[in-house]
Amino acid sequence: MKREEIRVCVLRVGGTNCDAETERSFEELGVKAEIVHVNELVKRGSLLEYSVLVFPGGFSYGDYVRAGAIWAKLILAKLGKELKAFVDENRLILGICNGFQVLVEAGLLPGFEGISPYPEAALATNFPPGYNCRWVYIKHENNGKCAFTGKIPKGKILRMPVAHSEGRFIFAKERDKQCLEKLYENDQLVFRYCDKNGEYAESRFPTNPNGSFHDIVSICNPEGTIFGLMPHPERAFHWWQQLDWTRQERMPQYGDGKLIFESLIEYLTKKF
Amino acid sequence: MTCSLYIHRKTPFPLFEINILETNEQQLLEISRETGVGLNLQEMKAVQEYFRKRKRNPTDVELQTIGQTWSEHCCHKTFKGKIKFYGKEIDSLFKTYISKATEEINPSWCFSVFEDNAGIIHFDKDYGIAVKVETHNHPSAIEPFGGAATGVGGVIRDVLGVWANPIACTDVLGFGPLDYDYEKLPSGVKHPKYVYMGVVAGIGSYGNNMGIPTVNGAIYFDESYVGNVVVYCGCIGLLPLKKFRRNAKLGDVIILAGGKTGRDGIHGVTFASAELTEKSEEISRPAVQIANPIEEEKLKRAIIEIRDLEFASAITDLGGGGLSSALGETAKRFGYGAVVELEKVPLKYPGLAPWEIYVSESQERMLLAVPNENLARVLEAFEKEDVEASAIGKLTTDRVLRIYYKGEKVAELDIPFLFEPPKITRTAEYKPRNLEDRKFPEPANLTETLMQLLSSPNITSKESIVRTYDHEVKGNTVLKPLHGEYGGPNDAAVIKPLEDSWKGIAVSCGMNPDYGKIDAYWMAASVIDEAIRNNVAVGGRRIALLDNFTWGNPERPERLGSLVKACEACYDFATAFRTPFISGKDSLYNESPLGPITPTLLITALGIVPDIRSAVSMDVKAPKNIIYIVGQTFKELGGSEYYKLKGFLGNTVPKVRSNRAIKTFKAITEAIDLGLVKACHDLSEGGLAVAAAEIAFAGGHGMELDLQKVPREALNRNDFVLFSESNSRFLVEVSEKTREDFEDLMKEKVYAELGRVTKTPRVCIYGLDGEVVVDASVSELLVSWKRTLCSGV
Repeated sequence: MKREEIRVCVLRVGGTNCDAETERSFEELGVKAEIVHVNELVKRGSLLEYSVLVFPGGFSYGDYVRAGAIWAKLILAKLGKELKAFVDENRLILGICNGFQVLVEAGLLPGFEGISPYPEAALATNFPPGYNCRWVYIKHENNGKCAFTGKIPKGKILRMPVAHSEGRFIFAKERDKQCLEKLYENDQLVFRYCDKNGEYAESRFPTNPNGSFHDIVSICNPEGTIFGLMPHPERAFHWWQQLDWTRQERMPQYGDGKLIFESLIEYLTKKF
Repeated sequence: MTCSLYIHRKTPFPLFEINILETNEQQLLEISRETGVGLNLQEMKAVQEYFRKRKRNPTDVELQTIGQTWSEHCCHKTFKGKIKFYGKEIDSLFKTYISKATEEINPSWCFSVFEDNAGIIHFDKDYGIAVKVETHNHPSAIEPFGGAATGVGGVIRDVLGVWANPIACTDVLGFGPLDYDYEKLPSGVKHPKYVYMGVVAGIGSYGNNMGIPTVNGAIYFDESYVGNVVVYCGCIGLLPLKKFRRNAKLGDVIILAGGKTGRDGIHGVTFASAELTEKSEEISRPAVQIANPIEEEKLKRAIIEIRDLEFASAITDLGGGGLSSALGETAKRFGYGAVVELEKVPLKYPGLAPWEIYVSESQERMLLAVPNENLARVLEAFEKEDVEASAIGKLTTDRVLRIYYKGEKVAELDIPFLFEPPKITRTAEYKPRNLEDRKFPEPANLTETLMQLLSSPNITSKESIVRTYDHEVKGNTVLKPLHGEYGGPNDAAVIKPLEDSWKGIAVSCGMNPDYGKIDAYWMAASVIDEAIRNNVAVGGRRIALLDNFTWGNPERPERLGSLVKACEACYDFATAFRTPFISGKDSLYNESPLGPITPTLLITALGIVPDIRSAVSMDVKAPKNIIYIVGQTFKELGGSEYYKLKGFLGNTVPKVRSNRAIKTFKAITEAIDLGLVKACHDLSEGGLAVAAAEIAFAGGHGMELDLQKVPREALNRNDFVLFSESNSRFLVEVSEKTREDFEDLMKEKVYAELGRVTKTPRVCIYGLDGEVVVDASVSELLVSWKRTLCSGV
């Protein structure tokens, strides 16, 4: 697939609020992205016209019940069939922050056995509790399965901001060891929280900003085509978005978030 | 209720006529009280006269409409009325001081000021910036979360109400001491800690949910805020000026869009224009609205689309006074009348009386005027976003407001009458307090004093709060409220709102209620200077100001007197600095069982950064760089944090020498433009010592400074030089390589080289006799700064 042929659908619904900057990140890389309201997508029945589906950040439907829960159910109810086809064809799905919460609530992640009829994990309320907006260090853990991090060497430390109150990734307590093993086995673990030297946070706040199990920031499905993360790569795209750009003598032109967008574009241009 | 005063009209819904024609003065006041309209005798008599001429009684809808429109909150009686002040008669504080300053400066870049819900100034490439700062003190005192959240929601709608897309929020808050003794708390007053938690959560919840970054703010603590919390919410929006529409025509359809209408927020404006009492909670709880940020987010999307497609002819938000105020003002502005059918207003639940529908302040609602031919397309735009919108009436030719409910005419009022309330005359007096600076010996350990100051409530890090606000959403925040790894306090936030332009907006504020306890005039002067110098420090210029007054009951001459003095200073210093006021708001009657509020003026400054790549942060950058102080230090410790630590207020309040200040600001701006400034930080609460500590720990480097070099007047004590709060001063970091360029630029200005940044992470300050007076590691300073509100952050 040529870069010009890629079509990205940045989906939104009432309460989505990071759609514009997410779209901007794709456009910046010469990829055609379009912000589409769910109502519109349902009406047009056009999901399969897109190569990438993005669930951006925000507070979909106010995040009442649980973060992402309502949007997830709505998608399954109104777009279930098309979505299944989309997943089966290994097209790419990216969930950022609220989008990650939606993917987990919809059973698309971790997706050990394909789309699960019920959530297999949760993004629970932060520990310590409360909304937290800060920059974090994350370490790339993936061995090559994930379609969204192909341009990032394993072990590389990236910086991005998080801003959420429900980002504590957990499995059911009685199965967490087993699930974690599966994540490693399937190469589904993508990023973990660490300090600036790359030492894992080991749940220490604020290096791990939400108390996430095993310092998990981000995972993908076993195929590597569905990917969710709590930090916001679209807010770490340009150098001037970084928290300490005024301190740098020579500033790189871009922030680390750009690598995510570039990787997925490269994947599509090579694979299809 | 006294039955004979109210006559139930024979309608299938509640509608009363108020027997006003034959009533005496006492009964008029009784009616005002019982119906909750909050009108005084003079006003009630004007109403009586109006209806006597028409030989009929008013309905409850009519009386309530008048009550809302004439409230202090809606028509600013005090600011627009007459004031007798020592033989002088001031005809409108607003015209005499605030708008007059703007008229005299007459900047070419003001697009629309003091006309709409928000002021609009030119920005870049045919774009304008709209900005408004609101007060939401009263509701937040009763229901902290809801009050603060709807404060944010309201100010965002003000910005939407001039067709601007909200891009950033600010919030400045004032609370009582968090460790306030429960035993001292009067009945009906909530504990400061409870209010603090609720207000902070409410602000975060609304801005975060709507996806608007909260980029700037401040928090102050003062005993007088125990009974009267201070909540200032600001919003900045961006609009293509070509799309600004304000040309409603006869016959245009009136559309009400957004949330449904319920009983929340009835009499909000009346309540906001009265003192808080023990019973406020019980009586006024319904005056606080319920917030739904997601509704407003959807509303925003639809409105921006309607703006871009140029479908509507006018817009305004529903805030204080609800429909009564929005509709009346729209009709008045275009010189028309209006007819409305209240049954077309979507309700949250049945059973509302017509007057309740008309004055309800339910949130997330906007009013649009739409030419008939665009009606269907406008309704479709709302539907696409799942927003309810209804045509409820239209603009008519005569200047009369006619309201119907289920076929029954429930109100008919002349619009000119509605907007010409009896002008009030108040008396003001001002007597400076008899205060003096106490004598005390210089403390032996000034390092310890500095640590105490860093931990004091007004200086300590607010990180634990700032982090609960999303300040990054939209991805346009260039200078963040907390800078760098250690979260140093930047002087102003800088945002870059346009994708294809490097131009930025710098947002800063100034507030210092303690100075006002000594002198209202110099307090106002100081906060104007503070707001401007904060802006200048990051690279802002072409600065516009917003004024927000929170004062006590203006019917008491001494409270009004300090308001007059503050307004005088607003005029004097806005004109001196050539920084026009573009919008503002006053909240009066801030009185509680604990007494009046400390007069609190917030000045918000909006500057332009021509290229965000040259914006400057406050943290020191590299060892060996030179640290300069710019500006003169005086013995000005009255109202300072240092004197407060010593247990008294003092008298020597900081003054503003505007001629010198202008030169200083100009020189800093030039130095920044030439790329000579590595870091810049303004000196404010806690003076030189606190500013030095902040830039050091924010940068993670130490410094060595010499107090002997500080340009000063009549100062011979280390503590006074360290902690004086004289205005218009900065600390500036410059690299050795550009020393000459910087010093050339500073010729004839007051400045001095104080010392250098050091690799050893210790702040070491030599005193006037050459001995070390402050010596502390950067991490100790950081811990002191964070320990009060941010342990564990």
